[in-house]
Formats: sequence, structure tokens, C-alpha cells
Amino acid sequence: MKNSLNRIFLTTIAFVLAIVWGLPFLYSIWTAFHPEEYSASFVWDAPLTLNNFTEAWNAAPFLVYFINTLILIITILVANFILCTVVAYAFVRYKFRWAGFLFGFVMVQLLISPEILIVENYLTLSSIGMTDTIVGIALPYLTSAFGIFLLRQTFKTVPKSLDEAAQMEGANAWEVLWTVYVPLAKPIYLAYGLVSISFHWNNFLWPLIVTNSPEVRPLTVGLSIFATVESGIEWSLVNAATLMTTAPLILVFLIFQKQFISNFMRAGIK
Amino acid sequence: MNLRLNWKLCTILLILPCSFLIAFTHYPAVQALLNSFWNNASSRRPSKFIGLKNYEALIQDDKLIQVLLNSAFYAIGTIPIAIILAIVMALLVNSRLPATALMRLSFFMPTMLPMVAVANIWLFFYAPGIGLTSQILSIFGIPPINFLGDTDISLISMMIVAIWKEAGLFMIFYLAALQSVPQHLKDAAKLEGAGSVRIIFDIILPLLKPTTIFVAVNALINAFRMIDHIIVMTRGGPNNSSALLLYYIFDVTFGHRDFAYGATLTVLMVLILGVMATVQFWFLDRKAHYQ
Amino acid sequence: MMFKRILASVVGASLAAVATSVQAADLEFYFPVGVNAPAVATIEKLTNAWAQKNPQHTVKAIYAGNYEETTLKALTAAQAGKPPQVAVLLAIDLFTLIEEDVIQPISDIAKSSSDKEWISSFYDGFMVDTRFEGKTYSIPFQRSTPIFYYNVEAFREAGLDPKSPPKTWDEMVEMGKKLTVKDSNGNVTRWGTRIPSLGLAGAWLFGGLVVSKGDVLSTETGTEARFDTPAALESLKFLKRLAAEGAMAPGGITWGDTPKAFLEGQTASIWTSTGNLAFINSNANFEWDVSFLPGGDGPGAPTGGGNFYIFKGISEEEQEAALDFVRFMTSPESAAIWSIATGYVAPRADAWETPEMKSYSANLPQALVALDQLPYAYREFATFQRSKVTQFLVDAIEGVVAGDADPKEALKDAQDKANDVLDEYK
Repeated sequence: MKNSLNRIFLTTIAFVLAIVWGLPFLYSIWTAFHPEEYSASFVWDAPLTLNNFTEAWNAAPFLVYFINTLILIITILVANFILCTVVAYAFVRYKFRWAGFLFGFVMVQLLISPEILIVENYLTLSSIGMTDTIVGIALPYLTSAFGIFLLRQTFKTVPKSLDEAAQMEGANAWEVLWTVYVPLAKPIYLAYGLVSISFHWNNFLWPLIVTNSPEVRPLTVGLSIFATVESGIEWSLVNAATLMTTAPLILVFLIFQKQFISNFMRAGIK
Repeated sequence: MNLRLNWKLCTILLILPCSFLIAFTHYPAVQALLNSFWNNASSRRPSKFIGLKNYEALIQDDKLIQVLLNSAFYAIGTIPIAIILAIVMALLVNSRLPATALMRLSFFMPTMLPMVAVANIWLFFYAPGIGLTSQILSIFGIPPINFLGDTDISLISMMIVAIWKEAGLFMIFYLAALQSVPQHLKDAAKLEGAGSVRIIFDIILPLLKPTTIFVAVNALINAFRMIDHIIVMTRGGPNNSSALLLYYIFDVTFGHRDFAYGATLTVLMVLILGVMATVQFWFLDRKAHYQ
Repeated sequence: MMFKRILASVVGASLAAVATSVQAADLEFYFPVGVNAPAVATIEKLTNAWAQKNPQHTVKAIYAGNYEETTLKALTAAQAGKPPQVAVLLAIDLFTLIEEDVIQPISDIAKSSSDKEWISSFYDGFMVDTRFEGKTYSIPFQRSTPIFYYNVEAFREAGLDPKSPPKTWDEMVEMGKKLTVKDSNGNVTRWGTRIPSLGLAGAWLFGGLVVSKGDVLSTETGTEARFDTPAALESLKFLKRLAAEGAMAPGGITWGDTPKAFLEGQTASIWTSTGNLAFINSNANFEWDVSFLPGGDGPGAPTGGGNFYIFKGISEEEQEAALDFVRFMTSPESAAIWSIATGYVAPRADAWETPEMKSYSANLPQALVALDQLPYAYREFATFQRSKVTQFLVDAIEGVVAGDADPKEALKDAQDKANDVLDEYK
């Protein structure tokens, strides 16, 4: 008896919490699909419309922004995979006196991320003439301390015997890396990839500073500019734009929910 | 493995990749220090070495005091609440209540959205009179609260947005930890007649400690790093009541184009983060010893 | 013989090349967009029209984002030695651009008598912020000014005559109180009025309040900030009074959702840009009208928006072409097209006389109110180090309206800080 009362109580709390948590996003969806006059009034039979999406799409070069974001995250992902892999490999497979120091030195980036040093990083980019370029946005993130950390953890679990066996078959350092270590770390690559994609898709401050042309702007910056105009804000348009820019990531998430969550979990363990 | 590293391999494996990292982490930190001793160049005169003058301005800056207080309050407010909420959510989602998949979706969704999108949604949500919060409050007969236009409330409004965004992510880490709690521990406790509440507090929570440390560190880093919502929603206002340290650096440097003072503030920020990191390591080290 | 022929043709070809290149200029034109309107398309239409009339030149219109970004982009390009030839930037950026030494006075290039006539044909209210040290540095293009919008039906409900909207601050307070509607719980469902007070927009409207009390926030010198004045103090007190007497919501008010609040019936009147006319016209489901902003001692308003600037470090041909381009873009016909498409106020009288503008203002007579208010308007706050100094004003206003700072102290504090910064420019 007590148990089922408890259960009802807990279920109610859970539902209330889940609804409260989902409200802002649901509100945004409501506003995006209804005309401006209903954006703040919840008449249940208010007409639905897709106009906001077409208007928002035409009002700013969202396709360009979208492509820029894609180029950005792919560049960073590929660079991360390559660079973090080789660094982690070096730390795990080779012994050198300054390994501990270098590792600690590199891990500082976990705490002091590129945004913290935004002033100087902007000046650095400016001095090499890479402001207002997509590669410029990617530059500080090409080698990621988090990626090195994860991959080092993973590579450490690779049995030495496999490595030695491959060496005995005459494999050099690269071949051992490619045939022994990388395949065993596949799930971690997937986990890290998802984390990296969602981080860089959503990154705002650094791209804001680096870019000032529409041709190079990623989605987050494009969205914020779209939403700040001299005349009054049209909420239905802004929310439609918001949904448009986040829809791809959300769709991927909805389809791959299980994998996403288990990968985030894996990325967090340890 | 204990292989020896030759120079060629060393360059490719280590020096080249790490140089990217160092160029945008360590090098700029040093540059900030150096630049903080010079003033701004203008089109009429090049920059001059002015020694500690920028630091004098720093000490006399009353806006900075407000900003530091805000940052401290913000961190102390968001971190514990986000952690507690995350644990509650994880326990709920991990339980045998109905519709946990839907719950999990609802809690995790904010994490998938970029903070600028979250900020735009909440801007609308918070609008006095026309936003959803006002409409809900009016159903309960409570007068509308000016979330973004009141110096006493604006910082708390920002904290709510941050917690809303983060708790879901932390929930995931706790879910992972919960799922690795050995079943036999829970079974043993049940056999001894312990109720669910006791199981949670005496067995599960202690086992979540390592995760909590990990989450707390993450939350702390985010509390300093994440200012997108401030830029979109309040611009640090009204009257600097919601300005955080990184936002202040951003406004001073890219708003007022005062790069010299921005560098000085950056030095301060790096110092603060460094002190926090040292304290954390010392604290964790002690814990490790006593475990 | 052969050699002479080759030489002749080489010389002939290079002479021809030199001849055409002396005439031709390539213009780069940066422009911002700050409204929810088909601005980019209209600019491109106008730019192409000029290009067709001037086939020897080329012009590339580059949409550079919002005002802030466009200024940044222009400054960055100029400092890298590759400035755009012409750009539309904020009127208040004048002193920053002068300090960075990237623009040249248009009056130096516009030397012919027809040029001079063209410059003098703009409304003086919009020309005030183009001048520095006796020269005209910029030309008005997309200008705006705020007006008072009010809900006619709400006026009638409150027993007020919709043909007599408030003219003075006292009237505003009294009418505002009558227009405020409460529900059964005692909570306000509709406020009497709504004046944005947060951020730069709040500072913009505040400037209008100060003008209506007979003072100004800044002058043509760019080195003077007038914060600690009786006019400013009275203006702050007026804002507080509206909230204290229940005519306006207490606390800071944002600019962005003010038109929406009006449309939703949350407020019976708003103080916002004339640029919102089209938005309100198409979305209001009640009768509405506009009038001058209520003033302290008489009408007063700020002006805002962007002007054309011509940059330094460009060749003579480019200067000539740029001037011609600016003249075209600000001609009566172009100004009419631009104004109708975006809601900005056409900055010259002959633009209002064109048939397009005449029929536009016949259909939407409210558009004329901003024009009629212009003689009482003054420039938006601007000085050297504008961003930093404006922030002192913004902090003072926000501290008083959204917090509990003392108005006199807040203004004195802002004035001291402004003086510290501006003294080195005097």
C-alpha cells in the first residue's frame, strides 16, 4: 500500500519535473509553428503555419551558415582524430623523461580553454591574417586535451602482447598504431566524435569574435545576429530560426538516442 | 610500453600536434601578461610601456569587484543545484517508474541545444507580461516578475538558464555511474530490510562520489567559460548585475576596444583559475591519501 | 620597320589601357542591416541601378551583418590597408572613425556647386551629427527617430480623447494611470505606457527626454558628455515617477519585445522607433495612432541610424565614383524606395515630394509624424571612445530604473567617469 502511494508520488514528481524541464522548448516549438499573433497566446485551435520557416530562411543566408558549420565541425573532427591519436600513442607507447611534465602541461587546456584567452587568441589570429576564416575558427581546437586524455586512457588498456606480436611480424610504429590500437578504440572515437560535434556545433563566443562576414559565419553566430535587430523582434521568426539551426543536431540525437547517451556516458567514465 | 623515442618520431607525434595546443593555450597566457604592461596603440601613437599602470586601474575598478562577486555567487549557486538536480533526475530515470525514456529525453534535450538558442528561447520565456512565465504566474495570481530588468534578479535568472542547460548532461554521467552500481550491494541491503531511501543515502550516494567530483570540476569550468546567455539576454545588465568575468573581458576588449585592459583582466582570470586548480588538486590529493 | 610597328601598337595599347583605367573605379560598399525587412534585396536593386548608369565603374555591395560588425569589418579592412571605398555606418561612430583616421570629409570631395546644393538639401535634424570641426563627414541614409504609439480603443475605454494624446510628462503620468487596467487579483494586465530603459536603446530614448527638457547629452565636439545636468536628472525622475505612480511597469524594460507587448495589449502605449510602423500596422487588431513623444518642457526626440561615409586611402577616381554613388543612393527617388521598403525616415524634403512617397504617406499618414517631429530632434549621444562612455550612461540609467540607485549620485558618477576618459581629448 505504502509502496504504491510512494510510486504515485514519485511518478507525479517525475512528470512535473519533466514537463517543467520541457516547457521552454515546447514553447519555442509552439511559437515557431504558429503565426506571430499567436506566439504568446495559447489558443488551442490556432492555425499552424510553415511561413515562419520560409521567411526566416529567406531573411538570412542560413544555408551558408549551415554549410560553414558543417565544414567547421568536419575539419575539427578530422584534425582531432589524427592529432589526438598520435599524441596519445606517443604517451602510451614510448618512455621519455619529460612525459609526465608534458602530459600535465597539455592537460592545462582542460581548465584554460581557448575562450578564456580570447583576447590574445584573437590577436594571434589577427597577426597571421586568419581572422574571418573558417580555418581560423578551428585553429585553437585542432589538438584537444580532452581527446588526448580519452585516447590515452583507452590506448593504455590495449594489451602489450598484441603490440609485441605485431612488432614481431615486422610492423613499424605506424602500422602498429593503425592495426592494433586504433581498431580497439573505435567506441571511444565514436563517443568522442559525438561530444566534439555537439560542442563545436554549439560553440558561439569564439566564432563570434573571429568572423564578421556572412560567408564565414557558422549557425550559432548567424542565429544571434538574426535575433538582434533595431526594430522589434518577431518571436515567431526567431524561434523558427532557432529550431532550424538546431534541428539537424536534435534529429540525429532523436534517432541515435541510445548511442548518444551511452557514448556521453562512456566519455564521462573515469 | 617502454620504447625509446627518436627525434623524427618525436616531432611528428608530439611536437607538431602539441604546438597547436600550446599556441592557443600557453602562449597567449604569456602574451596576456606581457601585453598587460603596455597601453593601447592608436592611429596617432604606438603603444607605450606603462609598467603596472593597468594593474592600478584594475585595483581601482569598482565594476570589477561587482563582476567578481557575481562570478562567485554564480558558481556557488549553479554548481550544487545542478548536481543535486542531476542526481535526482538520474535516480528517477534509472528507476522503474513509467515513461523513463520520455523523462530522459526531456531532461537531456537542453544539452543538445546551443546556448544561444537556449538564451533566445528563455528571453521569450522571461518577457514580462507576454512570456510564458508571466502567464503561468498570473494563473496563480502572482504579479509578473521582471526577470531580466531588475538588478536583484537578473543574475539569478541567468543561473536558472545555466542550470536548465547543464543538469541533463550531468544526469547522463550519473546514469552511467548508477548503472555500474553492483546489484548485489543493493540486494544485500534489501535483504537486511533497508528501504529505498536508506539504500540511496547509504549505498548509492557514496558510490557516486567520484562522479560528483568529475561533474563538479566540469560545472566549475563551465561556470567560468559559458557566457553566451549573458551576451544574448542581458549584456551584463542591468547595471552590471549579471556581468561575469569572461563577459567583462569580452565587453572591455571587443566592445570598448580596450585590448590592454582586456589583457590585464585575462591575467587575473588565469590566476583565479590557476588557484582554483591548485586547490582542487591539493584537495583531491588529500582525499586520495585517505581513501 | 617591323620594330616600329610593334612599338607603335604596344604604345597604343598601353595608352588605351591607361585611358580607360583612369576613368574606371571599382567600388566596395559595406552595408549593415538592422531591420526585419527585405533590405539586402533593395540595396542590391539600387546598387545595380547605379552600376547600369555607370558602366565604366563596378560596385560590389557587401552585406556585412549588423551595425557593430559592419563597423568592425570596415575598420579592420582600413587598418589592413584595403578599405572599402564607401560604407553605411552608424552616425554615432563618427568620432571613432575620425580617431582611427580612416574616413575623409565628404565636403572635401563635394566641391562643385551642385554638390554643395545636394548637401544642403538634407534635413538639418539629420545633418547635425555629420559635422566635425566645420566639415561634413557623412551623408544621412537610413535614419530613424522614435514616436509615441497608442491604442485608440484603450483611450476610449479609459474615457480619454484619442485625438488628444499626452503632450507633456504630467499628462503622460495622469493618462498612463487611467489607462492602466488591473485584474481581480490586483495584478496589472495592461500598463499605461512602456518606455524601454535597458541597454543602448534605453540610452537612446533617454536622450530624447533630455532634449525635451532643453539640454543635450553630447555636442558636436565629441569631447563633451553632459550627464550631470538638471535635464538628465528630471528625465530619470520622470521614468521613476511613471513606475512609482503605477503608469508603467517597474524595473528595466527591454527594447526588443516592446512592439509585441503593445500588440498583445500588455500596454496601452509605447515609445519606439518609427521603423516599427509597418510591423504594427500589419499585426494590430485594434485601432491605433501615433503622435509626438510627450516632452518635459516641449517636444523632444533623438535621431538614430546610419550614414554614408567615404574612406581615406582610395584613389581620386574612386573618390569621384564614390561621391557619385552616394549622390545616387540618396537621390529623392532612391531615398523614397529605401524608405518605403524599410520604414526608415527619408532624410530629405524632395524625397517626400515624389509620387511614391506621396501615395505611401497617403496610405499610412502616421509615417509623417516622425517627419513633423524632426525639428525638435537632436543627435544621439556620441563622443570619442563612444562605447566606453555610453556604457557609463547606460549603467546610470539601469541602476536607477532597474535597481535602487540614487539618480543624482548615479549621474554624477557617470559624469566623473566620462570626464576621466574624455579629458585627454580636450
